[in-house]
Amino acid sequence: MMDKKKANSYRNGPDDQGHFGIYGGRYVAETLMPLILEVEKTYNQAKNDPAFQQEFHHLLNEYVGRPNPLYYAKRMSENLGGAKIYFKREELNHTGAHKINNCIGQILLARRMGKTRIIAETGAGQHGVATATVCALFGMSCVVYMGAKDIERQKPNVFRMNLLGAKVVPVTSGSQSLKDSMNEAMRDWVANVDDTYYIIGTVAGPHPYPEMVRDFQRVIGDEARAQILQKEGRLPDSLVACVGGGSNAIGLFHPFLDDDVKIYGVEAAGHGVDTDKNAASIAGGAPGVLHGNRTYLLMDDDGQILEAHSISAGLDYPGIGPEHSHLNDIGRVKYVSITDKQALEAFKFCTEMEGIIPALESAHAIAYVMQLAPSLAKDHIMIMGLSGRGDKDIFTVAKALGQDI
Amino acid sequence: MGLSRIEKRFEELKSQNRAGLVTFITAGDPEYDVSLNILKGLPKAGADIIELGMPFSDPMADGPAIQAASIRALNHKMTLKKTIEMVREFRKIDDATPIILMGYYNPIYIYGVDRFLHDGLEAGIDGLIIVDLPPEEDSELAIPAKAADMAMIHLATPTTDQKRLVKILENGTGFLYYVTIAGITGTQKPDLVPVKNALANFRKQTNIPIAVGFGIKSHQDAAQFAIFADAVVVGSAIVDIIAQNIDQEGLAKSPLESKVLSFVSELAHGVKNARKNIED
Repeated sequence: MMDKKKANSYRNGPDDQGHFGIYGGRYVAETLMPLILEVEKTYNQAKNDPAFQQEFHHLLNEYVGRPNPLYYAKRMSENLGGAKIYFKREELNHTGAHKINNCIGQILLARRMGKTRIIAETGAGQHGVATATVCALFGMSCVVYMGAKDIERQKPNVFRMNLLGAKVVPVTSGSQSLKDSMNEAMRDWVANVDDTYYIIGTVAGPHPYPEMVRDFQRVIGDEARAQILQKEGRLPDSLVACVGGGSNAIGLFHPFLDDDVKIYGVEAAGHGVDTDKNAASIAGGAPGVLHGNRTYLLMDDDGQILEAHSISAGLDYPGIGPEHSHLNDIGRVKYVSITDKQALEAFKFCTEMEGIIPALESAHAIAYVMQLAPSLAKDHIMIMGLSGRGDKDIFTVAKALGQDI
Repeated sequence: MGLSRIEKRFEELKSQNRAGLVTFITAGDPEYDVSLNILKGLPKAGADIIELGMPFSDPMADGPAIQAASIRALNHKMTLKKTIEMVREFRKIDDATPIILMGYYNPIYIYGVDRFLHDGLEAGIDGLIIVDLPPEEDSELAIPAKAADMAMIHLATPTTDQKRLVKILENGTGFLYYVTIAGITGTQKPDLVPVKNALANFRKQTNIPIAVGFGIKSHQDAAQFAIFADAVVVGSAIVDIIAQNIDQEGLAKSPLESKVLSFVSELAHGVKNARKNIED
């Protein structure tokens, strides 16, 4: 994590004020500012502290199960008839998604700051489960804010969090989903600044969160880079990952930003980006300020934030991490979108073709791979972030397919 | 007028040796016309300064009462443009009472900062309190506002130390708003002594007037803080009266306006007589 900053690099952000181009920043209540500054200071010390890095990587290896494989999806590649497709298999991590990487990093930071109580927001419940898991591991009390609507559609994860000792608080304000859970977590934090640390689950929020979460997630891309060099003797031609807040995507992308690699971020189009039921902030939104940062947001003409919609609860957020907004504006990463229907087809395709049930979030990336790969040359190497496993989604998928289970 | 209307009001309060009452309502709560009637009645009921909330979909620093007020207003299609319009209407009958808009940055950002400052000043808005713009983001609005003579009221909180206060005061104008608790609006009741101590410390560093707010719900509470603060802010307790006097469609039941205004009169009585009672 201690790269020297190079001139003309895409990897230099953010600046000292937390800006990636015009995005990012620290738009939070004054009560939180001293604490946010303390998080930043402690993180800057920790990232340069070999003992911190050693403990982080030790836990990633021994507890999370890293490195996970870079798997050549042979049947899928042959079936699509074009690019050679590799999966970076974050779904094999402990707790079943990339979310745990970040939680390990942040709980070490919370301990370093002397905090004893952890709060988090969750959409699909993956970040909530990962947070509850590390809280159990470190013996800290844990409160997870989750939209009442999300609780209804992700019951297994709610039960997991309870088993892990976390208190899951239903959020009934606003649209009762991820953005409202984040509001509620912020309200909790303002009222409990002394003992509480907020583990934000994605590369969004006030500086230093977008940077810090990215740094904890870049292990995905660092591993993938080393693995592809070992397997193929060269860098990939393209990368594909799904983007809600965008932590798995930036984790995969960041180590490749200065290389000659095409990069695609896949947003959730819900019923379509031209409908009012989507979660594609870049395709359907504009720059605005919410949850501590400036970034692309879904909103109306008056600046009121709109409800997002995606079949995947983890992508059901009306914003995106600020670094993605910047990478979009400068043209380094191409952001595309995939509908609920396309994601469902990809979910089935991956399951049948590779024997891997992907998370609905990851199925958005798979769907884009299905569009892209067939027209590419057979020696085109593509790495796709398989960010999570789909066990949590079987009820949603069954319902969408009209089946009772 | 902008900043000067606020400064003038605090000079008057000082010469009368009393604290000011700052009342908060959300613009358009529960609907435009009723909200405008309340707004127009506030000075006569005893409000010295008016805080007018700009409804926002995601009021992160607010408790349930003000969250609900925002939702009621938005359900009746309230917008920032209409909030400005409301102030313009108010100014036709009152040219002395300072009006401060309070809310979150995004609606202003989308409206456009320069256009907002221009239209706002022209309509008769004097100051702004933007909850999610700490001094780290002063270049967004505080510095342009200062140049335009619109007051940008900054917040200090129980987490504010001496060093932090310097940064807060750098571009903060009008008055300093002391948030009495570490928390959200309309929830726990603040303790008197820590607030008193905090203000005493701040006054060693600045002469700017200091208002206190958050969790002050009755005329008795307000009077206690009015003894030593330059102004006392009451919000959620007023908004709660609106919440209690609407029907299932979210429309005002008669006599909502008079109930709100008579509560404000009570508050004003408490605040205005607070220091007299001590001297008696």
